[in-house]
Amino acid sequence: MDVFGSFALLLALACAVYAFVGGIAAIITRHPLLVKSTRQAGMATCGLIFLATFSLVYLFFTDNYSIAYVVSHSNRDLSTFYKVAALWSGMEGSLLFWSFLLAVYVLSVLIAYRNKNGELMPYVGVVMAGVQIFFLTLNNFVESPFKALAVPGADGVLSYFTRADGNGLNPLLQYPEMVIHPPNLYSGYTGFTIPFAFALGALLARYPGEKWIHLTRKWTMIAWMFQSLGIMLGAHWAYAVLGWGGYWGWDPVENASLLPWLTGTAFLHSVMMQEKRGMMKVWNVWLVFCTFLLCIMGTFLTRSGVVSSVHAFAQSNIGPWFVAFMGITLLVCFGAYLKNRDYLASENHLDSVVSRESSFLFNNLLFLVACIAVLSGTLFPVFSEWFTGNRISVGAPYFNRVNIPVGLLILFLTGVGPLLAWRKTSTESLKRNFGWPLLIGVVVGAVAFVLGFREFFSVVCLILCMFVASTILLEFYRGAKVIRARSGASYPACAIDLTMRNTRRYGGYVIHIGMVFVFIGLSGAAFNRDVQKSMHMGDAMQIGPYTLVLQGVDTKPERNYTAQRMLVEVLRDNKPMMMLFPEKRNFLTNKENGTMVAIYSTLKEDLYVVFAGIDPDAQLPVIHAFLNPLVKWIWFGGVTVVFGTLIALLPNRRSVLVLAPAQQPSAVHPLPHAVTSSVALREGHD
Amino acid sequence: MKKQAKFGIGIGIILVALAFLAWLGYGESKTYYHTIAELQTLKSYERSQRMRVGGTVAVGSIRRLAGRVDFVLEGEGKALPVSYAGSDPLPDTFVDKSQALVEGHLGADGQFAAEHVQAKCASKYEAAPGGDVKGAAASSSQPSSM
Repeated sequence: MDVFGSFALLLALACAVYAFVGGIAAIITRHPLLVKSTRQAGMATCGLIFLATFSLVYLFFTDNYSIAYVVSHSNRDLSTFYKVAALWSGMEGSLLFWSFLLAVYVLSVLIAYRNKNGELMPYVGVVMAGVQIFFLTLNNFVESPFKALAVPGADGVLSYFTRADGNGLNPLLQYPEMVIHPPNLYSGYTGFTIPFAFALGALLARYPGEKWIHLTRKWTMIAWMFQSLGIMLGAHWAYAVLGWGGYWGWDPVENASLLPWLTGTAFLHSVMMQEKRGMMKVWNVWLVFCTFLLCIMGTFLTRSGVVSSVHAFAQSNIGPWFVAFMGITLLVCFGAYLKNRDYLASENHLDSVVSRESSFLFNNLLFLVACIAVLSGTLFPVFSEWFTGNRISVGAPYFNRVNIPVGLLILFLTGVGPLLAWRKTSTESLKRNFGWPLLIGVVVGAVAFVLGFREFFSVVCLILCMFVASTILLEFYRGAKVIRARSGASYPACAIDLTMRNTRRYGGYVIHIGMVFVFIGLSGAAFNRDVQKSMHMGDAMQIGPYTLVLQGVDTKPERNYTAQRMLVEVLRDNKPMMMLFPEKRNFLTNKENGTMVAIYSTLKEDLYVVFAGIDPDAQLPVIHAFLNPLVKWIWFGGVTVVFGTLIALLPNRRSVLVLAPAQQPSAVHPLPHAVTSSVALREGHD
Repeated sequence: MKKQAKFGIGIGIILVALAFLAWLGYGESKTYYHTIAELQTLKSYERSQRMRVGGTVAVGSIRRLAGRVDFVLEGEGKALPVSYAGSDPLPDTFVDKSQALVEGHLGADGQFAAEHVQAKCASKYEAAPGGDVKGAAASSSQPSSM
């Protein structure tokens, strides 16, 4: 099966090279058969990558310990669930997994547009094949996952051997979320290849108008949704498994996942400027280019250990490949831009500071500043070593100082931007749209101040959250009122109807509400508390309203590990509430340890209890307890964001009723409706 | 022109303010990387900077004392005594022979006062029969003279 997988990868590379070279020839000659055959080569590439991936999964499931990658990431007692996760737990497998997910996207694009956009698709196909060639080269020649274990004998001949069992999976990864976090994040990273391919393809082809933006909108949103979900799951995993009481540490790999998210979010907003007003064309193209490059860099940072991090310590030999690929990509993008920059001339100019355009402009500026701040902080060790010879790193204070104000400004724009009119907004409409929300925000802020909350940024955050939430709810209320006047249905039913008529607009509002929840959760971090104590049996410790009593410590043998467990009784106001069982896990095969944090989570706060170890002098177990306010809102917000994105991906209801023919480019179709229906609704209450 | 000036000023104020904040944060948190061998060659002002040092935890050197953990980091033939008194629990991967990265200040007595410790276990599958597997692993798709 390993030979099968290797050959599948080799053939996939051959097909990808054909799709790339043949594609260029097809663009030059415009021969229809050549166009068709390169498209089919692109599909074959994807199919072969699927086969290679499945053969690696097969090797894991059949416990084939003659393969180096299987030996180092699995063992016989590992549960089936985690054997799937073992696929992407190491360098070789995760690069193959990258190719796999990219192949899923590429195949979907090739099939979805096989008979459409004939002028554009050969260019898109060539760009996608180019990216695939890079990853397949790594899969084949640099980090092959199918290497067999072998030792050279005295005569220099290699003899193969098989191990009885593997070394097991890293215990940090043996956690349910670790099975879904990497696929989500990688789906985000790979997904941004599609808008990149369309943007570069459209620029090279000088494809008329804003059509590539309509075509890629859904793909960008899907990639963005996976990226958001991946970041959230990563934060939750860090919170629940690493046992340090936090969810975000400005670790290089965390930052790497945030960077394309920031530029991707900026892009999702600034495309509206291009769609509605024909502005910011150069900016949009470069945002997509940068997002793609940041995705490649994210993969590179995660996998190369160029900046030391929790995830990646060891240096590896893929670094130069990634740097070269990013360099070539940047050169191609720059060349295409220089050659065809007249095609990107703007059709309009900014009219007023208080307008939708300017809110988008500032939104983009802030996202870009955040991105540059995070990027420079992450790469600071690398660049400082180049320029000064000293390797200098910056920590959380640097990132927080810049990103907290930027985040709050973006939150402010979240409330203001969507309600400003295009071109210029009248003072009258400002009063109507923002009067009540502003009052609600300020009142809540004043109440919080009187109640004793004096953390500056947290109070500002609270005021802004209330302001933004009110503007959005007011929008739903006004829209629903118009529909209700006509249909007479209840307000919630009207709000749902309203959402379905313009999924893009109201799905966007749901995403904004989700971000408000996330910000509420983040503002709680200023009030975190923690206590650490060595405990005798029956000892109690106090944290906030909770009393923790150690009732016992026991050992629980499991198939793959032995768990040392604390039995902690939780009391509130001297009334027993529940038991918590924080664990320390000892993994048998690789003698590594893992932590299982016990969390009691409410909307108000999380009680977070860690079995911190055994105090060696007194031989007593140590409890580290945290009280983290509002954390649950972050996860809740993340779910809301994903839900909102799914709504925004739905076609508008009216176009469903007339049964839009499937051959129509679906991303294009809803737009005229979006404009007309929103105009109709706005007329109702404006 | 007037409108563009307005935008320019607005953008300028935002950027300058944020750059100032970045500079503040940089001053608060900048940390120098050094290897253990480099520590002895540092000038006196450099010794007082916040720094990060990587090395391998010496076998049997971890001593858990009241309120702190002492251990020795080794690298390039040199050793560095470290004392960790941070509030976060040490990572589970922190054991003998693991690679560790400590962050903090170098004391006058040569003892390193660590505020953060990161650790990663050395990969274990290298110890296969016949010695170094990593160097000998061969791709099965390209068998040598067999």
